Amino acid sequence: MASMTKVPAPGLVNSPEFRLLIIAIAVFGLMSVLSPDRFLSPQNLTSMAFQFPEFAILALAMTLAMMTGGIDLSVVGVANLSAVSAALLLANVAGPEATGAAGIFWLFVAITLALAIGATAGFINGVLVANYGLPPILATLGAGLVFTGIAVAFTGGSAVMGLPPAIAFIGNETLFGIPFPLILFALLALGLHILLTRTSFGLKVTMYGANPRAAFFAALDIDRIILKVYTIAGMFSATAGLVIMSRANSAKADYGSSYLLLAVLIAVLGGVNPYGGYGRVIGVVLAVLSMQFLSSGLNMLQVSNFARELIWGALLIFVMVINVVDWQALRQRRRSVSSGGKT
Amino acid sequence: MKQLLTRNETLVALVIVAFCLVGTLSDPLFFTVTTLSDLLRASIVIGILAVGCVLVLISGGIDVSFTAIAVFAMYATTIFTLGVWPDMPWPLIFLISIGIGAALGAVNALFIAGFGLPTLIVTLATLSIFRGFLLTFVGSDRISALPPEMRNFSRLVIARGNTEAGNFYSLPWAFAALVLVIVLTWFILQKTMLGRSIYALGGSVESARRIGVNVRRTQVFVYVYVGALAGLAGIIHGAMGRMADPFSLVGLELSVIAAVVLGGARLIGGYGTITGTLLGVGLIVLVQNSLIVLGIPSSWQTATIGLLILLGTGIPAYQAKRAAARAG
Repeated sequence: MASMTKVPAPGLVNSPEFRLLIIAIAVFGLMSVLSPDRFLSPQNLTSMAFQFPEFAILALAMTLAMMTGGIDLSVVGVANLSAVSAALLLANVAGPEATGAAGIFWLFVAITLALAIGATAGFINGVLVANYGLPPILATLGAGLVFTGIAVAFTGGSAVMGLPPAIAFIGNETLFGIPFPLILFALLALGLHILLTRTSFGLKVTMYGANPRAAFFAALDIDRIILKVYTIAGMFSATAGLVIMSRANSAKADYGSSYLLLAVLIAVLGGVNPYGGYGRVIGVVLAVLSMQFLSSGLNMLQVSNFARELIWGALLIFVMVINVVDWQALRQRRRSVSSGGKT
Repeated sequence: MKQLLTRNETLVALVIVAFCLVGTLSDPLFFTVTTLSDLLRASIVIGILAVGCVLVLISGGIDVSFTAIAVFAMYATTIFTLGVWPDMPWPLIFLISIGIGAALGAVNALFIAGFGLPTLIVTLATLSIFRGFLLTFVGSDRISALPPEMRNFSRLVIARGNTEAGNFYSLPWAFAALVLVIVLTWFILQKTMLGRSIYALGGSVESARRIGVNVRRTQVFVYVYVGALAGLAGIIHGAMGRMADPFSLVGLELSVIAAVVLGGARLIGGYGTITGTLLGVGLIVLVQNSLIVLGIPSSWQTATIGLLILLGTGIPAYQAKRAAARAG
């Protein structure tokens, strides 16, 4: 178990996180060389900091689900359902003329509502996986369609607009000169890191993901762990939904539909083992940065959106191939360590 | 186990019967030859895709890239035909599309059988690679001036006419392609060693290997075959719609997987039948086309399909869990 949670010193250079650091630096360097005046401009750096948190937060939710060997295909559906509900409340009850204290009051009500819906949706995912024994892929796929479908039915498929101006704060303002979405992402990433590495819950999640049978025989309350994991993932998704809503100044049932693939991609790119049991937040953060550098850089080089999709897919396959080769080496190393311990 | 499977299929069949009963009661026009021919026509493309998809699920994998393969094969074939030989006879056009589909399926097979990567991740990635490549390098314009032979194909009908009430109906020859695919796949699954190997692989890779199944070769066959079927479905979709639209089809994959899963196939592999798949396709096509006759607004369509997936997979999963708990 120790080798699962702590990468030994000689492994540091070979760890997926270290490779990612190199990839991130390489992409950053490449883009800086190819388009120095625009890529390194303060405007671009700021706009990148506003752009990535929404899908990065979804990737954190995906990371948590993958740590248990599951997956959450409902992240975008949960994000949109939360955002649409919050937006409907804001547009119909508060209205665009709610400013000042009233605006801030409604902002908090909307945030609470969105988080509550996210938690409920995640809890439903958890119940389906833990209590009814559905495979996570199908449970979250089906539930995700239901969540999206409810959002479609609520809105008739059109965007909800006319939000109070206060809502713009979450996605568009800066705090001490730092974009607020970035602060939000940093806090959530730090929180998830602490949750996974410094709490007994995090240890249980890792143990269950590494070996569900062993976790069962170790008398872990598996159902409870899964319920908590998917509930937290749902709340993360809801937060991302709020950021998207604030940045678009509206909410719609099909916003961010490309983010699902992106979230899976980032988590896997970040070294999270899709079979469960291994994943580090720092890896995910580095993967997010690589993706954003690549995305912005390609944008500046006038590469089309379609080509970006192609490059993301190719990058995912590329990293998976490298990681698989590495996992085999890791497994052999672990085997030699354990047999060495016996003699 | 056999009982459980039968139960899932009967459940879907009963839901379909109930759907039709309620539909007929609320709208007498529902139960006509016209509706039947509409539904059969709507099920050609999704049916061919679903038959391919069930093969993957039986083998213990999952494929979400087949819609991208279908649209890629259809669009590339159309461009190629228009550029090289616009009057190419349609059987040749179909063969090219099937060939492109099989080649793209081989790309999936390379990463899945060759590198042993998880099937969901590989096909998610190839979904965006195929689509991105198609839209970047092949083209992103809708083509309505199809090769004349493709249009001629779409005019071939098995039966057409008017009902006594004066409603038009027609059943195109493309439906025969679905029947052919069903018979061929049924034969492979039930009557050949290859088919039994696919089931064995889905049951347990290690056991399959120990009884002498060539795991890699079987996996390669599965993904190439699915690609070929996707190529066929794609070109039929283009011909029937009389338009080569590079933005179509992608997004349909979840509905297809839903149909297959409703029919009793399981993600853990080893389970799944052609009959169940066809029943699942029937239900999904009914929901997509006729939800309105039940008095449910069509804006609830997405939620209904999601709910059906949860019920269709939830009931057998829950029963299996209870059975496992009883066994200790």
